[in-house]
Amino acid sequence: MSTVLEKGADREEPARVDEPLALGGRSFRSRLIAGTGKYSDAGTMVAALRAAGAEIVTVAVRRVDLDASKEESLLHHLDPEEFFLLPNTAGCYTAEDAVRYARLGREAGLHDWVKLEVIGDEETLYPDVEEMLDAARTLVDEGFTVLAYTNDDLVTALKLQDAGVAAVMPLASPIGSGLGLLDPVGIRILKRRLDVPVIVDAGVGTASDACLTMEQGVDGVLMNTALAEAEDPVAMAAAMRRAVEAGRLAYLAGRMPRREWAVPSSPSAGRLT
Amino acid sequence: MSTETIRIEVNGESREVGGGSSVADLLEQLEVDGRTVVVELNRQIVRRGERDGVELEAGDRVELVRFVGGG
Repeated sequence: MSTVLEKGADREEPARVDEPLALGGRSFRSRLIAGTGKYSDAGTMVAALRAAGAEIVTVAVRRVDLDASKEESLLHHLDPEEFFLLPNTAGCYTAEDAVRYARLGREAGLHDWVKLEVIGDEETLYPDVEEMLDAARTLVDEGFTVLAYTNDDLVTALKLQDAGVAAVMPLASPIGSGLGLLDPVGIRILKRRLDVPVIVDAGVGTASDACLTMEQGVDGVLMNTALAEAEDPVAMAAAMRRAVEAGRLAYLAGRMPRREWAVPSSPSAGRLT
Repeated sequence: MSTETIRIEVNGESREVGGGSSVADLLEQLEVDGRTVVVELNRQIVRRGERDGVELEAGDRVELVRFVGGG
């Protein structure tokens, strides 16, 4: 056996080069966080979550439909042993509402984590950063592990970090838009300047979006609509799992420099004259 | 439990329950699975273990919530 092959056999699997995602004092092997909304049925949802390799999955808190109170609960399908359920405060427009939803989510779940969302505009679902900061401070004081959905504004992100959030979650593009990563530079600036994990939340539409996002060096990506609204959510989830891993490995591998001229890949020496 | 009824609000809708009903009684009356539901009474969460001991009063506002799919 050649030395090269022996070396190759000894080499670690590339996937093991990466470290687990450290978040809120816990460790997760998957950097893909998935939402559970908008699926046609629970079976497809669970199959997609598994195909995505998601560990953390987000859930919303809503009123029980008293006319259909015997319908199966979401918890019937999501085993807390298999998935780490992360309640969100989606649909909240004030700090007060968000804190209320966070407390309800904590009571419904098994831990004190919350994905904090405080919306400021109905059309774009952009965050209200003032209310968000207010809610983040209150929830951190109450012992919550807060993952804060925000825009890619550095100053807001730094204030959230100062407030004690466990992760800052800037959007790639508006929630549910599928427009992909609109501002890679802005995301890279956040990642460079923040000490807490940066998880890009919202806007990813297809696998290349997720890959490009992870190539910016962020710690993870959260997606929902890209899976749920794909023609085949389970196949898209499998693609997203690979895309997130590929983007992460490409980031760790360190890409070649961009240059605006050609450099031949074959040696110029030894050409026939 | 007395035979008189009282009016309370549950998830934004007016409902009648027997006077002296507890939060646990309400869940039973509404056939709601208490294991996956969180109860909020006048904006205060009623912990799971306290549902038997908390008596409803006329005009109380109850919210029954649970996890649903979301992003």
